[in-house]
Amino acid sequence: MLAQFLQFLFSGVTIGATYALAALGFTLIYNASNVINFAQGEFIMLGGMLTAFFIQSGLPLPMAILLAIAIPALVGLLVEKLAIEPARHADTVTLIIITIGVSLVIRGVTQVWLGKDTHSIPAFSGNDPIHILGATLLPQSLWVLGVTAAVVTALWWFFSRTLMGKAILATSFNRTAAQLVGINTNFVLLISFALSAALGALGGILVTPITLTSADVGIMLGLKGFVAAVLGGLGSGLGAVVGGLLVGIAEAMAAGYISSAYKDAVPFVIILAILFFMPRGLFGARVTERV
Amino acid sequence: MKKRTTLKLIAAAFVTLSLGFNAHASEPIKIGAVLSVTGPAAFLGDPELKTLQLYVEKINKAGGVLGRQLELVHYDDAADAAKANGFAKRLIESDKVDIIVGGTTTGSTMAMYPLVEKATTPFISLAGGVPIIEPVKKWMFKTPHTDRMAAEKVFEDMKKHGITQVGLLSETSGFGQSGKKETEAVASKYGITLVANETYGPKDSDMTAQLTKIKSTPGIQAVFVFGLGQGPAIVAKNYAQLGITLPQYQSHGVASDDFIKLAGPAAEGVRLPSPALLVASQLPANDPVKPVAMAYEKEYKERYKADASTFGGYAYDGLMLAVDAIKRAGGTDKEKVREALEKTKGFVATTGVFNMSATDHMGLDLSAFRMLEVKKGDWVIAK
Repeated sequence: MLAQFLQFLFSGVTIGATYALAALGFTLIYNASNVINFAQGEFIMLGGMLTAFFIQSGLPLPMAILLAIAIPALVGLLVEKLAIEPARHADTVTLIIITIGVSLVIRGVTQVWLGKDTHSIPAFSGNDPIHILGATLLPQSLWVLGVTAAVVTALWWFFSRTLMGKAILATSFNRTAAQLVGINTNFVLLISFALSAALGALGGILVTPITLTSADVGIMLGLKGFVAAVLGGLGSGLGAVVGGLLVGIAEAMAAGYISSAYKDAVPFVIILAILFFMPRGLFGARVTERV
Repeated sequence: MKKRTTLKLIAAAFVTLSLGFNAHASEPIKIGAVLSVTGPAAFLGDPELKTLQLYVEKINKAGGVLGRQLELVHYDDAADAAKANGFAKRLIESDKVDIIVGGTTTGSTMAMYPLVEKATTPFISLAGGVPIIEPVKKWMFKTPHTDRMAAEKVFEDMKKHGITQVGLLSETSGFGQSGKKETEAVASKYGITLVANETYGPKDSDMTAQLTKIKSTPGIQAVFVFGLGQGPAIVAKNYAQLGITLPQYQSHGVASDDFIKLAGPAAEGVRLPSPALLVASQLPANDPVKPVAMAYEKEYKERYKADASTFGGYAYDGLMLAVDAIKRAGGTDKEKVREALEKTKGFVATTGVFNMSATDHMGLDLSAFRMLEVKKGDWVIAK
């Protein structure tokens, strides 16, 4: 009984960590620009697909990973420069729609260039499951959890302790005011896109040995990541992680104890309840909008 | 200025139309195709289109059919049934095709059929669903086995091994749900009880929760997974992670080398029903399918530098059945071609030997499925 519960929990935490990494990318760009970047899922996909591609071309794993983080970061820069910056005076909604367009372009180009097949990469520390009280956990899940924790800590430090991080936050609160005190807001946007693309790619690489990857995995990861980000409260790093884990665990428990047929409905029921009673999410800033 | 352009356009349209009406024998035979080259069924549609292009080119180089060249007109429905319907209309009304091959998914096929029937155009579907041929539809034929046959083949093998209590894990895609329905329908015929019945989403990345539940079902002797693409590979991985030792059966939906590549060592011991193409070189020399399947495999590999899949094989069979019927009908008269298709007897293709009749528009039996097992990272014919 306990073993079964633990297995559901491990399963939930592993999927949840995937969602959390996706949610963190949303948070980063939202913090810099109030834009919800729907191309975030595609950066995750790029990370996994590029690693698989470079490994198949014979590069060693560390080299492949490095390239698979650098290239999406570059793509992030280009997206900001070519798609977001020319429209910087547009409404937030317009910018969000642009990101949807960007996601279609990235997915399409990847399909043409890297093909439509599903790929896998070897796990970092082997495939032998770790047995804990009758339940099993893959070593790769520990990698995902560990790196997620490290990323959250690093982001917290970045936003609260460095000048650059504070500049990003300042830009999101009031762009004009930020410009007046000498912050290069264009550069801030550029950096935040590159950072979140690199983060997304890293997440994509970490989960690929468990979840496999193909050119169209970005849609679902992006969507669940978005749900996790909203659940945790948009803009909060801790919220993104808690939101991701909650969605993952709720899904696994529903599949295990109720029926797998209702599994996908559970996160949406939770998010309805949260939005109803806590519209800013679990960890969202308590602000009142002035009208 | 504007008026003149319009006039020119009208004139051009008339010229095109009159050309279209002046059909004579040397005009190409038009083969229409609506395939899911992109979207979730791309792994089916992509090799199907490549196969059609490869063989249309090959047949044309060899002088065509009845002295006429073949012309392939194809559209991509991205596995969207509504789009498939629109493209079928275009194939019939503006491209005026002689025969249609394709409809990658059962959904697309069924969406195209009402138009095809109204236009009385012979139609060979490449999708697996039972509703395509049951009840028999006058103008529609199909090349792949049905999902019911896959379930029957699996149950036949289970019965041989004395398995009666089975857990079913099916995908919530059209393929998986149709498979689930057929599996539930034929289970009792083979004396099999489904003691667990779980599902997973086609994009799910973890099925350990469902498998844990199945594993702890009392009396369970084997697990049958019905899905397509990456999902079943993740199931196999989770199966190994949880250390489940029950025999694992999969469907023909993952009968490809990709499955072994994705699941890795976790694929060891998995059994599934598959068209002969996957193990063409291992077939006994007297098997009629062997030379056809091996030739297709070789030509596909030479042209595209990739392994041929059983899915592309369905398209090969569809095209060859169409060409054979047109030859026997002595032209492209639609009713004659349809009759010829229905009279196809002993036609050897990559999937099996086709014997069509007025009551059977697929023409394959269970013997066309081979039971395979993964051993040392490769498919072998299961004993």
